[in-house]
Amino acid sequence: MKYVRQFGIILAVTFIGEVLKLCIPLPIPASIYGLVIMLGLMMTKIVPVKSVKDAGSFLIEIMSLMFIPAGVGLMISWNEISDIWLPLVLIIIITTVVVMVVTGRVTQRVISQDNKKELGNQKRR
Amino acid sequence: MKEIISNSLFFGVGISLLGYEIGLLLKKKWKLAIFNPLLISIIFVIGMLSVFDIGYETYEEGAKYLSYLLTPATVCLAIPLYEQMELLKQHKKAIFIGIISGVLTSLVSVLLLCALFQFTHEQYVTLLPKSITTAIGMGVSKELGGIVTITVAVIIITGVLGNMIAETVCKVFRITHPVAKGIAIGTSAHAVGTAKALEMGEIEGAMSSLSIAVSGLLTVIGASIFTNFM
Repeated sequence: MKYVRQFGIILAVTFIGEVLKLCIPLPIPASIYGLVIMLGLMMTKIVPVKSVKDAGSFLIEIMSLMFIPAGVGLMISWNEISDIWLPLVLIIIITTVVVMVVTGRVTQRVISQDNKKELGNQKRR
Repeated sequence: MKEIISNSLFFGVGISLLGYEIGLLLKKKWKLAIFNPLLISIIFVIGMLSVFDIGYETYEEGAKYLSYLLTPATVCLAIPLYEQMELLKQHKKAIFIGIISGVLTSLVSVLLLCALFQFTHEQYVTLLPKSITTAIGMGVSKELGGIVTITVAVIIITGVLGNMIAETVCKVFRITHPVAKGIAIGTSAHAVGTAKALEMGEIEGAMSSLSIAVSGLLTVIGASIFTNFM
């Protein structure tokens, strides 16, 4: 029954997310509201992390599988992109690689600068 | 045969799992990025549907139960995020500078490439939200007057591509810090990339989860400004 209760809590939070999405006219999906609420509940210990951890970890583990139907759906939208598929594919490949590299390198750079600063501070002390 | 498949609620999920399993086997045998289980399963299912002449609607009738779990699973991304809260606080400056630079890079590179390929304004705003999670991206595209179905297709392809190349890109461009890896994957390839980040490690997964939400929200603001540039 452990899993049932955990899954129930997760679905309840998801539902609150859906209600918020209906009430707030912003292009923010129910899942993001739910994520923020879940995080808040765990930080305030209203919902301790261990009371959702097992079912939650299972859902996260099989998350890749949940994207299969959307990917298969490309067979329908293919007609709409067939005219511009080449530039589209080029844009997707270039931007995805560039964004990944820039984001990763910038984050890493700031982290190492912070680390150096901290080391310097420790030495001064 | 077709009749049975059309009436079966379990065919869609079953064939998806089978495709994923084949992908895992191929990946184990040849450790190449192209044998990405998600990509293999998508191709396998499309192939099977075409061979047996089964429509997407019939497949989706059963497979929708897989997508059904996506919203609660995304809510659960709060768990790794909570567990890495200390690390998040420690590196908050690097994380936010990283995500902001990624979002700007995405918008600028889409603008430049669309100008290069002489795309129309409609096609341009369709592509602007390409790096963020589907649900937010659809809203942005609709709001700016884009073609929502193409936005969804582009977002999915971006995610699958990011999922495929994440490990290679991190290695080649020497992105070694787990926080930097996670932020890079989540900002460039949203939830589909995050699925890969979660496989790479707990820290990578948590940081990638955070990036989905933050980059998604920043793109809502950024795209509404960038729509005026072309």
